[in-house]
Amino acid sequence: MTALDTFERRPLEVMAIADAHTWRGGLKTLWRMTVIAWATPWQFTFAIVATLISASMQLIIPRLLGRAIDQTQSLASANSQGALLTTALLILLVSFIRGVFTTFQNYYSEAVNHHSGEHLRRLYYRQVQRLSFGFHDSVHSGDLITLGLLDLDGARQFFSTGLVRLVLLTVLIGFGGAMLLRIDLVLGLMALSFVPVVGWFSSVSQLKLRLTWRSLQDRMSVLSRVMEENLGGIRVVRAFTAGTHELGKFDIASASALELAHERVDIRVQSTGIMTFSFLAAMGLVLWVGGTKVMGGGMTVGTLTAFLTFMTILQMPVRQLGLLVNSFARTSTCGARVFAFLDLDPAIADAPGARDLALTRCELRFDNVDFAYPNAPQTAVLRGLSFIAQRGETIGIIGPPGSGKSTLSHLIPRFYDVTGGSVTIDGQDIRTLTLTSLRRAVSVVAQDVFLFTTSLENNLAYGEPRAPEPQIHQSSADAQIHSHIASLKSGYRTVVGERGSSLSGGQRQRMAIARSLLPDPAILIFDDSTAAVDANTEARIRTALTKGVAHRVTLIVAHRLNSLLHADRILFLDQGRIIEQGSHAELLALNGRYRALYDLQTNGADREGL
Amino acid sequence: MNDQSATDYQSDRQSAPGAPTLRAVVGSHRIEEEMFGKVYDPHIIRRIGAFVKPYRRQFILSVAAVLVFTLTQLAIPMIIRHAIDKGVMLGPAGMNVLQTSLIIYAVVIVLNYGASHVQESVVGRAAENVLFDIRRAMFAHLQRVSLSFMDKTEVGRLMSRLQGDVGSMQEFLETSVISVGDIVLLFGIITIMLYLDAGLGLITLAVLPILFIARIFWLPLARDAFIKAHETNSAVNGALAEGIHAVRTVQAMGRERLNAQLYDGKVQANLVNQLRGARLAQALVPLVDTLTGLAMALVVVLGGQMVLGKQLEVGVMVAFLFYIQRFFDPIRSLTIQYSVMQRAMASGQRLIEVLDVAITVQDKPDAIDLPRSDGSVVFDHVSFGYDPRQLVLKDLSFTVPPGQTVALVGPTGSGKSSAMSLIHRFYDVTDGRVLVGGQDVRDVTQASLGRQIAMVLQEPFLFTGTVLENIRYNKTGATRGQIIAAATVLGADPFIRALPQGYDTVLGERGGSLSTGQRQLLSFARALVADAPILVLDEATASIDSATEQVIQRALTILLNGRTGLVIAHRLATVRHADKIVVLQAGRLVESGTHAELVAMNGLYAGLYRANYASFDDVEKQP
Repeated sequence: MTALDTFERRPLEVMAIADAHTWRGGLKTLWRMTVIAWATPWQFTFAIVATLISASMQLIIPRLLGRAIDQTQSLASANSQGALLTTALLILLVSFIRGVFTTFQNYYSEAVNHHSGEHLRRLYYRQVQRLSFGFHDSVHSGDLITLGLLDLDGARQFFSTGLVRLVLLTVLIGFGGAMLLRIDLVLGLMALSFVPVVGWFSSVSQLKLRLTWRSLQDRMSVLSRVMEENLGGIRVVRAFTAGTHELGKFDIASASALELAHERVDIRVQSTGIMTFSFLAAMGLVLWVGGTKVMGGGMTVGTLTAFLTFMTILQMPVRQLGLLVNSFARTSTCGARVFAFLDLDPAIADAPGARDLALTRCELRFDNVDFAYPNAPQTAVLRGLSFIAQRGETIGIIGPPGSGKSTLSHLIPRFYDVTGGSVTIDGQDIRTLTLTSLRRAVSVVAQDVFLFTTSLENNLAYGEPRAPEPQIHQSSADAQIHSHIASLKSGYRTVVGERGSSLSGGQRQRMAIARSLLPDPAILIFDDSTAAVDANTEARIRTALTKGVAHRVTLIVAHRLNSLLHADRILFLDQGRIIEQGSHAELLALNGRYRALYDLQTNGADREGL
Repeated sequence: MNDQSATDYQSDRQSAPGAPTLRAVVGSHRIEEEMFGKVYDPHIIRRIGAFVKPYRRQFILSVAAVLVFTLTQLAIPMIIRHAIDKGVMLGPAGMNVLQTSLIIYAVVIVLNYGASHVQESVVGRAAENVLFDIRRAMFAHLQRVSLSFMDKTEVGRLMSRLQGDVGSMQEFLETSVISVGDIVLLFGIITIMLYLDAGLGLITLAVLPILFIARIFWLPLARDAFIKAHETNSAVNGALAEGIHAVRTVQAMGRERLNAQLYDGKVQANLVNQLRGARLAQALVPLVDTLTGLAMALVVVLGGQMVLGKQLEVGVMVAFLFYIQRFFDPIRSLTIQYSVMQRAMASGQRLIEVLDVAITVQDKPDAIDLPRSDGSVVFDHVSFGYDPRQLVLKDLSFTVPPGQTVALVGPTGSGKSSAMSLIHRFYDVTDGRVLVGGQDVRDVTQASLGRQIAMVLQEPFLFTGTVLENIRYNKTGATRGQIIAAATVLGADPFIRALPQGYDTVLGERGGSLSTGQRQLLSFARALVADAPILVLDEATASIDSATEQVIQRALTILLNGRTGLVIAHRLATVRHADKIVVLQAGRLVESGTHAELVAMNGLYAGLYRANYASFDDVEKQP
C-alpha cells in the first residue's frame, strides 16, 4: 500500500487537517489562488492599475473641494472666478476619470474572479470523475456538492474581495491618512481615530459571522432534511397519522436554526452601530478642534472642509477592512479544502506505461484473489479466489448475502484493485492496462440503476453516444424494453423523470441492461440486475442474448436460482471463497449448500404440486 | 425553460451532417421558475401581511427608528454648516455657537446610534421570525393537503419553495424597512437643498432626470443579463451535482472525457453570461460618478460666485457638497430594492400557491372519535377517481370480516393501491362508502381512524435517526422493551444487534446502509408497534435473497395474527395463505374467492398463476 493510497482512503480527515490551517498553509493557499488568478494576466494587471487610478482620483476630489472653498474666501474676486471655473472643470474631469476607472476596476476584477472560478470548476469536475470508487464510498455526495459549490465559490472570489480590495484600501487609507497627517498632524490623528475602532469591530464581526454562517448552514440542512424526508415519505407520515409528530420534529430543527439566525442579527447590529458612532464622534472632534483652529486663524475653512470630506470618503474603505480580513480567512479555509481535494491522487489510475487491452482468446482469469474494501482493510471479502472463464461461457455466481458475489464483479473493470493475487484477461494483468480499454471491454449492469434526467435515447447511448439509431433500438429490443418505449408518446425522446420515477423498477433494470449491451462488451456482467424483472421477461432477455453469448464471457450474479440455471458453470460463494462449483445438475447431485438453497427456493412450488 | 430543453436536445441531434449523431448531454433540463414578478400585487401583500401582523409592533417601531435615523443623518451636515457659518466664520465671537452646535451634534449622533441599533436588531429578528412562521405554515399545510397533490408535485420543487422562496421573502422584509428610510433620505436631501438655496438646489437637482432616463433603458437589459447568468450558473451546478451522484455509472461506462468536454461547454456558456452581467452591472457607474462631479462642479462655480458675492454663506456651500455626495446612495439602493421587490412578489406568489392548495379531506364538524374497532372493513359500491371523470375504481364491493386476511391481486393499474388508500381516507370516494369498524370513514375523525390502521408500504421508508426511533416512530409511548420485543418476534433482532450501536445505530439517508429485506423488516416492526386492529400492506416486488425472504414471510404471518389484513399481494405464498383473494381488473372486481376456488374457476387469476409470474405486478401486456 503506497502513501498515496492511504491519502485517498482518508479524504475527510485530510480535509479536516486542511481546515486547521497554519499560517504557512494559509499563505500557500492564498498564493495558489493568486497564481490561478494570474492565468488571465492582462485582466489581472488592468484591474490593479484601474484600482490605483480610481483610488487616486477619489483622493483628489476632497482636495479640489477644499480648494474651491478657499477660493471663495479669497479677496480678489476677479481672479477667483476664473480659478473657481478651473477647479469646477477639474472636479468634473476627475469624477469622470474616477467613474471610468472604477468601472474597469470592478469589471476586470469580476472577470478574473469568474475566470478563476471556471478554471477551478473544470478541475473539480474532472477530479470528481477521476477519483475511484473507494474514495466515493468514503464521502457523502452532499459534502462533495457543498465543497464544489460553496467552498469553491468562496475561494474563487479571492481576487476582487482580497487582492484588489487590499490595493484599494492601502491606497485610500494609507495615502488618505498620510495626506491628512501632513496637512495637520494633530487634527489628522483625530480624524483618523475612528480607523482602528472601525477596523477592529468590522473584522471581529465579519469573522464571527463567518463562523456562525457555517453552523447556521449545518442547522438549516438539518431542517431541510426533516422537510425533505417528510415530503419524500409523506405516505408513511399519512399512514401513521404522524403529522403532529412531524411538526414537532420540524419545530425543534426550526427553533435551533432561528436561534442562530437571531444571534447573527445581534452580531451584525452590535458592530455596525459602534462603527457608525465612532466615525461620527471623530467627525465631531475634528469639527470642534478644527473649528477652534479656524477661529484662531490657524487654519482655513477650506482645509476644514477638506478634512471633513476626506473623512466621509474614508468611512467606506475603513468599514471594508473587515471584509478584507474575512476574504483572507475565507479563501484560506475554503481554498485549502478545495485544494486538498484537487490534490488527491486516485487510487486507481493508469500505471506508467500502461498498454491497451489486446483481446485474443478472451480468457478471464482470477488467480488466488484476495480483497478487502479500502475503508475496512481488516475485513477480508474475498480470499484466495481462483477461476477461469473462456469466451462463450456463461458463469453463474450465487451465495448468501455478504459472500462477495457483487464484489467479485467490481474487480473485473477495476472499480477496486485486488489486495492479493491477480485478475488477468488473456494473460494481461488488468492493472497494467489502460482503464479506457479495459472498461470498454467490460460492462457491468449494476444493482442500482442510475438513469440521467435526459431522453431515454441519451440514456441508452450513454456508453456509446455515437451509436446509430438501429443499434440502440436493437439493444433495447434485446433487453425487452423496446416495446414499452415505443408505446410512449414521445418514444425514445421521452425525458426520464426526476430519479427515473416514471419507470418501474423492472423497466429501469431493463434500461440498464440495454445500455450495457450497446457497446457489445467482451465481458458482460449482470450484478443482480434482474431482481425486479419478472421471470418471463427475464427468460425472453436470456433468449435474445444467446446470439451474442458465443463471442463473450457472461457472468451472472444473482440470488434467484432461476436467473442462472442455464449457466455453463455455477460458482457457489460463501465468505469470500468458492465452496462448490459445477453445472446445475452437478451441483444438485453434490447434495450440498447449492442443493439446500434450491430446495428452499422451490419449496413453495413443490407443496403446490408443481 | 421547457423549450430550452427541446433546442438543447435538437442541437445534439443536428451536429455535423454525415458525422454520427452524438447523443449526450450533462446535467438535466430543469424547468426554471420565474425570477421576477409584478412590483406590487395587493393580494400577495395582503396574504404575506397576515404573517407580519403578529410582529406589527416591531415593524412600526423599526419604521419609527428608521425615520429618526434618517433625520439624524440629514441633520448632521446641517449642524456642521451651522457650526461653520454661525460659529467658525465669525472668529472667536462664534465660540458659543460652535459649542452649542457640538452639544447638539453629540445628542444627534447618540440618537443616530440608538435608532440604528433598534431598527436593525428589531427588524432583523422580526424578519427572521416572519419567515420561519411562513415556512412552518406551509409545512403544516402540506401535512394536510390531498395526497394526489403530493403525488403530482416533485419534492425538489416543494423544497425550493420552502427554502429559496421563503429566503427571498426575508430579503424583502429586511430591506423594505430600509427603503422607507431611503425614500425619506432622498426627499429630505432634496427638501434641505431647496430650503438652503432654492436656485442652487434646482440647478443641482437638474442632473437627476438624466440618471433616471438612463436607468429606465438599463434596467430591462441588466435584468435579462442577470437572469441568463443565473440560469447558466444553475445549469453548471446541476451538471456538477449529476456528475457526483452518477460517478459510478460515468466511470463504468467510460464517459469521463466526453462528459468533461460537455461540462466545459456549460462552463464556457456561463462565463460568457457572467461577464455580460458584470459589464451591465458596471455600465452606469461612470454616469453616476460623472453626474456627481457635474453637480459638484455646478455648486463650485455657481455657489462659489454667490459666496464671493456674499449672497451665500460658505457653510451652505459645504453642506451642498456633502449632500451631493450622499445623494446617489438612496437612488442606487432603491433601484436594488425594486428588483428585490419583484423577486419577492414572484416568490410570494409561489408561497401562496402552496398555502392555497385546497384541503379536500377534512373532519366533519360532528365527526366522532372511533373507539378501537373490531377491525372489519367494508367496501360498499365504491367508485373513485382522482379526476371524477376518470374512474379508477368502479362499483367495488367486498367485505373483510374482523381478523381475516384479504389479498388484492391484479395487473398494474387495476386500482389495488387506490382501493387501499381509501381505507385510510387519503382520498374521499366519488360514490358509495367505505366502512371501518362499521362506521363510514367520513363520519369519524381522521386521528381516530389513523389509530385503527397500520400500513406497510411497498418501498420501506426510513427516517434519519436511530433504529429505535424508526420503529417507534410516532407511537411515542412505546418503551424500549416493547420495541425490542417487536423486533425479536419478527426476526429482526439479530441483524439489528449486529449493527455498530445496535438499536441506537443512526441510519443514514433513507436507511441506505441496510439491505432491502432489512428495511422491510424494520417497517414491519414499526407497524407491529403501532398495534392497530387493521393492517394494510403493499407487498414489495423486488426479490430478496431466500433466507431473508423466509424471515419476512414468517414475520408477515406474525404481523397478521389477530388483525384484519388487507394485502396487495405479489407473492404466491402470501396469496395462498389469504382467507380470500379479490382479483381486480381495470377498477372492477372480476373474481373473488380462495386460492383453490379461483384456480378452479379458470379465469384471470388462474391464468396469472399458471404463467408463474414472480410478481403479479410487473405483468405487462403481451406483445
